[in-house]
Amino acid sequence: MSEETENSVRAEVRAWLEANWKPDYGLVEWRTKLIESGWGAPHYPKEWYGRGLPVHFNPIVDEEFARIGAVGVAKAGIRTLAAATILDHGTDLHKEKFLRRILTGEDTWCQLFSEPGSGSDMAGAVTRADRRGNQWVINGQKVWTTSAHKAHWGLLLARANWDVAKHKGLAYFILDMKQPGVQVHPLKQMNGHASFNQVFFTDAIVEPEMMVCDVGDGWTVATTTLMHERRGADGLRSWAQASSRKGRIYEEEKAEIASTMEPYKWYPQRAGRVDLVMERAKATGKFKDPVIRQEIAKLLIMSKAAEWTARRARAAQEQGKPQGPEGSLGKLVSSNVARQAARVHTYITGADALLTGEDSPMGGVIAEILVSVPATSIAGGTDEIQRNIISERVLKMPKEHSVDTNKPFKDVPRNITAKS
Amino acid sequence: MRFSFTPEQEEFRTSLRRALEARSPTKEVRRLMATDQGFERDGWQKLNQELGLTAIHIPEAYGGAGFGQADLAIVLEEMGRGLLCAPFLSTALAANAILNAATEEQKQALLPAIAAGEKTATLAFSEDDGGNDAEGVAMTATQSGAAWRLEGSKSFVLDGHTADLIVVVARRPGSQGEDGLSFFIVDGNSPGLERKRLKTMDETRKLARLTFNSVEAKILGEAGAGAAPFAKTMQQAAVLLANEMVGGAERLREDALAYTKMRMQFGRSIASFQTTKNKAADMLVDVELAKSAAYYAAAALDEGDDELPALASLAKACAAEAYLQTAIHAVQMHGGIGFTWDNDTHLWFKRAKSSEILFGDANQHRELMMQHWKH
Repeated sequence: MSEETENSVRAEVRAWLEANWKPDYGLVEWRTKLIESGWGAPHYPKEWYGRGLPVHFNPIVDEEFARIGAVGVAKAGIRTLAAATILDHGTDLHKEKFLRRILTGEDTWCQLFSEPGSGSDMAGAVTRADRRGNQWVINGQKVWTTSAHKAHWGLLLARANWDVAKHKGLAYFILDMKQPGVQVHPLKQMNGHASFNQVFFTDAIVEPEMMVCDVGDGWTVATTTLMHERRGADGLRSWAQASSRKGRIYEEEKAEIASTMEPYKWYPQRAGRVDLVMERAKATGKFKDPVIRQEIAKLLIMSKAAEWTARRARAAQEQGKPQGPEGSLGKLVSSNVARQAARVHTYITGADALLTGEDSPMGGVIAEILVSVPATSIAGGTDEIQRNIISERVLKMPKEHSVDTNKPFKDVPRNITAKS
Repeated sequence: MRFSFTPEQEEFRTSLRRALEARSPTKEVRRLMATDQGFERDGWQKLNQELGLTAIHIPEAYGGAGFGQADLAIVLEEMGRGLLCAPFLSTALAANAILNAATEEQKQALLPAIAAGEKTATLAFSEDDGGNDAEGVAMTATQSGAAWRLEGSKSFVLDGHTADLIVVVARRPGSQGEDGLSFFIVDGNSPGLERKRLKTMDETRKLARLTFNSVEAKILGEAGAGAAPFAKTMQQAAVLLANEMVGGAERLREDALAYTKMRMQFGRSIASFQTTKNKAADMLVDVELAKSAAYYAAAALDEGDDELPALASLAKACAAEAYLQTAIHAVQMHGGIGFTWDNDTHLWFKRAKSSEILFGDANQHRELMMQHWKH
């Protein structure tokens, strides 16, 4: 496809959309037509609903969709991580069975990786996968599973061999979530939301063809999923926003996005809402307090410097320079910003910070900041893990001596859990 | 706004770093800081002329190289890293003050000698209370015929005991605040000028107290119109110092990291302990964020950003916290040896401390930043 250029891609997708897009389609009906054309996921291989185009053409295609107002394939949620993992490691059967329904949005997926006993140490999973006849039988517990209660399918990391080292005994499965052996319970968080679930497996069944890789390669496949998660699944997965246009297909898409994004509605508060600080300080009169002004300034300094550091990293990347240290700091810095923001919001809010919900400022938004910020330094890699990554990969400091990777996993000390 | 340096700037930085490493090892820093002058005129003139350092930000029309404040900031960052003992910051500030305040004719007359490195200069604004704004200026200037006479004292003047030219901020008798301020230029050897070197905690940064007993001076620019150029000069000073500071902070961070990798305790390098690794990661965060702020503010100097007053204070406050925290960690990571005179860490620790206070501390700059914040 080396002859493709931005202009040729733009012209081609524009012509196809002009000939085919109609807002009175049903959502699945339109997406079925769209993925057959390859324009729904142009970076997928030609034989699997794509056009085999380099991923950097995706923004051009997106622009043309936006220009005409056409709805794209289902992008939000775990489903695109599933698609990316299946494309990289799945069998033709998996691709046949799942990719189309992922792109049309008919199937919802979840990621069954974290466990109560293994958070940062994800490769220490103890959910069991045992062979019975030619089937796999799953027992154990997963946690922090977004959308598990709606999911049709789950990406499952489980231990199939306890006699080899930690990373070597893991297998990776596609699990049917709608079976009696799978029980899903919401997990209520300290901020009152229940965005995640606990998933319990009691003799849940996986058919042999739903194994994604051999026992022993599960960690490698999980790493692929996590890499796509960090990369935003090659630009396909995004913080979905509904179109404001009117019409049946837009309504259907809006409902899909609302449902998929529901668990994330408190995420802006989790980051500290630096954007609200000045208006709140002025509205409460605390803007005049010299002590609070100092704290606001500390927050703004950190927040602006973090933003400029990210811009430096992006500029270096755009110029094709090797990544400097500035590119590895964002996650840790965002925790510092969020914590200082919560501190400042508390100073500004005063006694009203004792309250929550409709009795509290901004209909509970400020209260929600104060009890959501602690998630920032834990979710997606704790501050402690970030510091290890920075010190070992960027600063080249020695790794801790490992005590768990060179012996059979069954001999590794681990947490006591109910079902392992 | 640019978020990266041009290839030419990177190349300039590399050659400057190499030159400073060769010319200003800490042995040389220690030798020069122990002298009364704080530098050697011949050595400095030679280095300056080779690299064209004092000419960088001076327009070509006045004998300079015509680069911007952002390029000047690179020089300061490297000098902060190398702890060069030279009257560079003082001379750069004086040149900025002349550029901001003087008439075209005065710039033509004064700047070529500064650009060529023939004359060192400084800016005298602080008085005994150490202030750095219009309020702090009490020194008076009175006109008698064409000449002006300065009466009063200045203190904490960078390289004030050695500067060939002294740019002075003074006020019309009876005026207050921003009213009645003017810039003047005085020859370092003027009759009636008493210069006393102050003993500084940071020996690499020489300060002096200057007493003016009816010293004859030339006014720069228009009488009474000094407030705006003074504010601008101080904003530039804050940004340039912030860049010098992040250069020093990065050097301290790198040296401390290298030491932890070498130092063995309990049969392993102390860099293998998580408590050390956590500290090193936090130091990287502090220094990189401060660099981002310093670079952004330096770019804003050249782009005439109307948020400059807020950005300058932001960069200075950010650098102050980061540099001192890095210095504290650096001593700690060295352990006992880090508290000895023979170990070099204290040279930068003291520079961190002196820079924290010079041109206003972090509390002052955070307050200024809030006053100027536009959002």
